[in-house]
Amino acid sequence: MRTPTTSGAVALAPEARASDVSGEDVVIRLEHVTVRYRVPAEPVRTFKEWAIRYLLRRKVPYREVLALNDVSLEVRAGEVFGLIGPNGAGKSTLLKLVARVLRPTSGRVWVKGRVAPLLAMGAAFHPELTGRENVYLNGTLLGMTRREIDERFDAIVAFADIGSFIDAPLRTYSSGMVTRLAFAVATDRKPDILILDEVMGVGDTAFQQKSFARIRAYQEEGATILFVSHSMEAIKRLCQRAAWLDHGRVRFVGPADEAVERYLASL
Amino acid sequence: MGKAASPVPVYDSDLRPPAAWEELLEAWRYRDLIVQLVRRDVTARYKRSVLGIAWTMLNPLGMMVVLTVVFSKLFPTVRGYPVFVLSALIAWNFFSQTSMAAVNALVWGGALFQRIYLPKSVFAIAAIGTGLVNTAFALVPLVLVMAVTGVPPRWTVLLTPLTIVPLAAFALGVGLLISAVGIYFADVVEMYNVALTALFYATPIVYPLDQMPASVQRILSFNPLVYLVELFRQPLYQGQVPAWHWWGLAYGIGFVTLLVGWLAFASKVDEFAYRA
Repeated sequence: MRTPTTSGAVALAPEARASDVSGEDVVIRLEHVTVRYRVPAEPVRTFKEWAIRYLLRRKVPYREVLALNDVSLEVRAGEVFGLIGPNGAGKSTLLKLVARVLRPTSGRVWVKGRVAPLLAMGAAFHPELTGRENVYLNGTLLGMTRREIDERFDAIVAFADIGSFIDAPLRTYSSGMVTRLAFAVATDRKPDILILDEVMGVGDTAFQQKSFARIRAYQEEGATILFVSHSMEAIKRLCQRAAWLDHGRVRFVGPADEAVERYLASL
Repeated sequence: MGKAASPVPVYDSDLRPPAAWEELLEAWRYRDLIVQLVRRDVTARYKRSVLGIAWTMLNPLGMMVVLTVVFSKLFPTVRGYPVFVLSALIAWNFFSQTSMAAVNALVWGGALFQRIYLPKSVFAIAAIGTGLVNTAFALVPLVLVMAVTGVPPRWTVLLTPLTIVPLAAFALGVGLLISAVGIYFADVVEMYNVALTALFYATPIVYPLDQMPASVQRILSFNPLVYLVELFRQPLYQGQVPAWHWWGLAYGIGFVTLLVGWLAFASKVDEFAYRA
């Protein structure tokens, strides 16, 4: 992340760092994006309930929940972009759209580059498999090929600092070792866009520094970071710009400091 | 800056190939993941217990003994009844276990789908792959039973990789189809479980089809598994190469079902992330 000059003015200017590409270089663009969940007014979870209802009234009442409502915003290359707002504001939904997990109900989502969602760290680790096997499983899950993992394997293990444990079953690992390995796999390749959800409590303090250093290095190489946090301090310190979401709508997009101020003032 | 080696992928929610085609492309792109998932399921299973592989072999044998004790007296004209039953039982186990595993992985495996993008179909394909590995193990005791009961194995045993293909396609198609509905209604999965039990008896596994009354045979002829199991059983039990029409029927049924299942599943695939 950028050297913490905490002034909003810096943030307004297009990132000088991402240089050869101009400030116009947008990597994430949301155009009038709406995500609508259809929630049954009375939950109908089974075919039996649905069939009974269908026979009796021929209609299942739905209540619509707008997780995102006509959201438009752009994130430029090399930015650290924050998302703030109360719970249920639509922050996670927005991340899911960018990560391609969710498709918009209407509107358009455009993302340029490879996205590394740290939401998914170690998502499919299996306790009975060895660290080695888990690296391969998780790497392929994140879209790497076996060959790529072959090439990167030693670097991944070295970064995670697992040592000889790599061939022991994962259930023998401490929780710190598990997160270290998960982080090492998830961030091995420099992504174009990195998604960070909430505080990254990765391992012990030493490893936290190591992991932040890696994220910072990626950012300096031009990676864009999408950062969600409830800590306004972290947002102000790390982000150039931020969006304040509330009930699925964008209330403000602009310098991180200003977004935080406006959000806090509204509480 | 950096290496401009690989082209930068661009995702645009507006530009989208037809769902079924996109799912196919993505499943291919994640083919290494399929291998890893199969490896996970197989090694996790065999690491957990000492019996491991032995269990995969003993389970159908146990079933075979029970079914032989109960049913062989009913069909005294069937020579080598244990082999007759076991050869079809292996096909049945493969179908029922893999289609169910595919459904479970898709309908209950949701947490992962909420967090990262994945072509969901790879989980169903991996379930079939795991089933194929288990079936390979299950064939070992079959050959032993053949040797013991005087139905010597013929070279036609080697046709099994070809006769299991339509069965695998059928299981995948059914698994995807049930999952497409199961996303909306969880109890459909349980209904499928019940249906499987009924289907076991509606398929000529413990009885030979030609010893049934004509009226029953006519009804059973609507059961696609009749043709799939028959194709699988003939090279093992009769020791002969199935006639061409059996191949045609089985492959036709298998791949039409797969096509229907794939199309239905792909059209619903976006729903997974919407269902918590």
